[in-house]
Amino acid sequence: MIRFRLNGEAAQFDDSERDMPLLYVLRSPAVGEMTPKLGCGIEQCGTCRVLVDGEPAYACTLPAGAVEGRHVETAAGLDTPVRRALIESNATQCGYCLPGIIVAAEALFRANPRPSGAEIATALDSQLCRCGSHPRVLRALLEVAGR
Amino acid sequence: MKPLPHALVATPSLDRWIRLTGDGAVIAFTGKVEIGQGILAALGTIVAEELDVARRRVQVVSGHTGHTPNEGVTAGSMSIETSGAALRQASAWARCLLLQRAATRLGVAEDNLTVADGEITGPGVNERLTYWNLADRPFGFEIRDRMPEKATSAYRLVGRDGQRRADILAKATAAAFVHDCAAQLHARMVRPPSLRHRLIELDVDVAAPGRLVVDGSFVAVAHPVEFEAERLAQRIAGSARWLRIGSPPEGFDIDESRRETAEAFPLRNGVPSPVPRRQVATTHRAVYRRPFLMHASIAPSAAIAVWRDGALAIECSSQGIEPLRQVVALVLGIDPDAIEIRHVPGAGCYGHNGADDAALDAALVARAVPGHRVSLKWSREEEHGFEPLGPAMHVEMGASLDAEGRVSSWTHDAYGFTHVARPSPGASGVDLLSARFLAEPFEPTSPRPALGPEVGIHRNALPIYSFPDQEVTKHFVADAPVRTSALRGLGAQGNVFAIESFMDELAHSAGVDPVEFRRRHLRHDPRALAVLEAVLKSSGGLTGHRGLALARYKNRQCCAAVVAEVSVDPETAEIRVPRLWIAADAGRVIDPDGLTNQLEGGAVQALSWCLKEAVSFDADGAVTSRDWSSYPILRFSEAPEIETVLLDRPELDPLGAGEATVGPTSGALANAVFAATGLRIGDLPMTPDRLREAAAR
Repeated sequence: MIRFRLNGEAAQFDDSERDMPLLYVLRSPAVGEMTPKLGCGIEQCGTCRVLVDGEPAYACTLPAGAVEGRHVETAAGLDTPVRRALIESNATQCGYCLPGIIVAAEALFRANPRPSGAEIATALDSQLCRCGSHPRVLRALLEVAGR
Repeated sequence: MKPLPHALVATPSLDRWIRLTGDGAVIAFTGKVEIGQGILAALGTIVAEELDVARRRVQVVSGHTGHTPNEGVTAGSMSIETSGAALRQASAWARCLLLQRAATRLGVAEDNLTVADGEITGPGVNERLTYWNLADRPFGFEIRDRMPEKATSAYRLVGRDGQRRADILAKATAAAFVHDCAAQLHARMVRPPSLRHRLIELDVDVAAPGRLVVDGSFVAVAHPVEFEAERLAQRIAGSARWLRIGSPPEGFDIDESRRETAEAFPLRNGVPSPVPRRQVATTHRAVYRRPFLMHASIAPSAAIAVWRDGALAIECSSQGIEPLRQVVALVLGIDPDAIEIRHVPGAGCYGHNGADDAALDAALVARAVPGHRVSLKWSREEEHGFEPLGPAMHVEMGASLDAEGRVSSWTHDAYGFTHVARPSPGASGVDLLSARFLAEPFEPTSPRPALGPEVGIHRNALPIYSFPDQEVTKHFVADAPVRTSALRGLGAQGNVFAIESFMDELAHSAGVDPVEFRRRHLRHDPRALAVLEAVLKSSGGLTGHRGLALARYKNRQCCAAVVAEVSVDPETAEIRVPRLWIAADAGRVIDPDGLTNQLEGGAVQALSWCLKEAVSFDADGAVTSRDWSSYPILRFSEAPEIETVLLDRPELDPLGAGEATVGPTSGALANAVFAATGLRIGDLPMTPDRLREAAAR
């Protein structure tokens, strides 16, 4: 068994799944964490993003074995001002890209609690949104930054 | 008096729309579905308002065959107008019937009773009496006439700020999409290189230990472990050999030969008519074009299906579960009543994307593995490669100006392919992707011109302006080189882009300020003028590198005006849009935040189309832009700040707005680029190369 922590709780998966992308292991019945989504599978859209020991990672390509003994955080585990601001301001439309945006924004705010608008936008350039919620995502995060 | 909403004529039983449950809740049923627009939240607010209950009591159940009213397809910015009108009227009846029950029980006149959050008070009410005390039996009532509705002046929920969408928390933090539903088997497709290819052979042995499903050139594989299914699909794809059948497409442009052979339908009373096109002399001419575009959903399409005892249950994110049920039944050769379809949200679709196709794919696999719940997901490459595309357009404009700087004659010739190819019962063919690949194939419908008002190619071809002489013509090109269907706004984006760019060109030719030039031709339309003035006020007017455009969606629904501000990098020729202003009149506003979100989302999507997007193909007609680097869309650092002003008209009916800004934003962008550079870009997308080409001319 490969053990890791998922949103603060102990979690594990079978050794045979070591080479599988982390996203598929997280979403498998054994782990059952459906928050990160598959969007492209090639690190182009960011819907799969998670934090591994606080660093943003693309779960669609990261081999699951890489998180052994480490802490994986998904949007489900990030009950933070960033997530609350995005949800409370309806900063999405279909919502499919939102878990990845929460993770990418959370990583930014941990490193830089008062980012500028340009810093927020640049940090989110790894995340695609097709509904055009960009302006309200940026507005919500600027408020979190106190700007 | 207004007629009864047509959805109530089709489904008159009140119990099909409104149900009270014992725990102090109200369930509202709608045939419309949530495609990311917050529509269920807004419909719930309409019900809570009309019934006089707290918003939190109302739960909306949507899109489930046999359980929710059949309201066709969720499209055309119609949900608030149609389902909203039906639910408001049904709620007015429910309130009245519940008060009648109360009056009978109390022996008082119902006029003396009042309701607050479902609690009934009045003379003779000694103990707590609520709707739910009176809801021990169904309404058993058929709506045949209109019930007077609550005065909008008494509204306490509709139109108020601070409305929240209850679905967002789950979408951010849990399983919420059809992609997240549990399944016993995961399936993946093995697709041919293009729609024109058919299977010659594949190595069935490489599919082990998966379950291979082959029917003609339909190839899929299923496995209990999702990643294994994906790996097996790649292995099978590597072993498969395909043959291109028929001839390759003759180019992808709406070139002269396609334009000459197109069927022409001049608009008469707004309707394309088989009459000769009137010759109208014009002195100014211009051509505007857009390429094929993708819906480019952020999630690849997916569906769940299970086949048990000859019956099929599907969960999918189709916009039209009722027509889909009919067409899937036709392909499978079973009774539509043997199929149950439940809508589960997918990612935003912006029109007819792969959602319906994935439902058939899942059904075909499920039939091969009876008793197993199958989750079928497309890959990113497949979504980009096989979704029905938003059709290219070619619009030729002509006009003459009189001595006073007014348009004296106007021609608009909109050429293009079909925008309307949703799966539809009764059509001559089957418009589901995999049907054509089966051993006993179903060919897609031969494209036919849509001849209703404001559909397809001629949507918003009629100008909002008043001109003394005009001839507006739809030109239908039947031989589309690729599969096309409805993309947000249909023809409205290309037509409004053309009209509003051309109006700017004419204003400059006439030496008239473009705002004043528009006002001159809008005197008959005070609502449009008010929207125009509102966007000028909020933006501070057309100073600097700004452009303006406006339109009323379908010439009937939400009227939106947009001011765009651009900056053009002199080195890279890259166009950026730092700021955008929107003003809109959508009649009575239900949810100001939801409406703003839709208007802004449409504007951002239109900027993405106009600045970056074009589908590319190989000679066989296969899409070659199959990922986000070959088909880039607007990113966060490229998105504008947007300020939106809503002109609420509480006394008027609400108007559909989800597609209202795509046209005006496209025109405002083109006009702002002209203001910044003096260059008129008629060919979308406005890439740096296009800008350099225009500068070199």
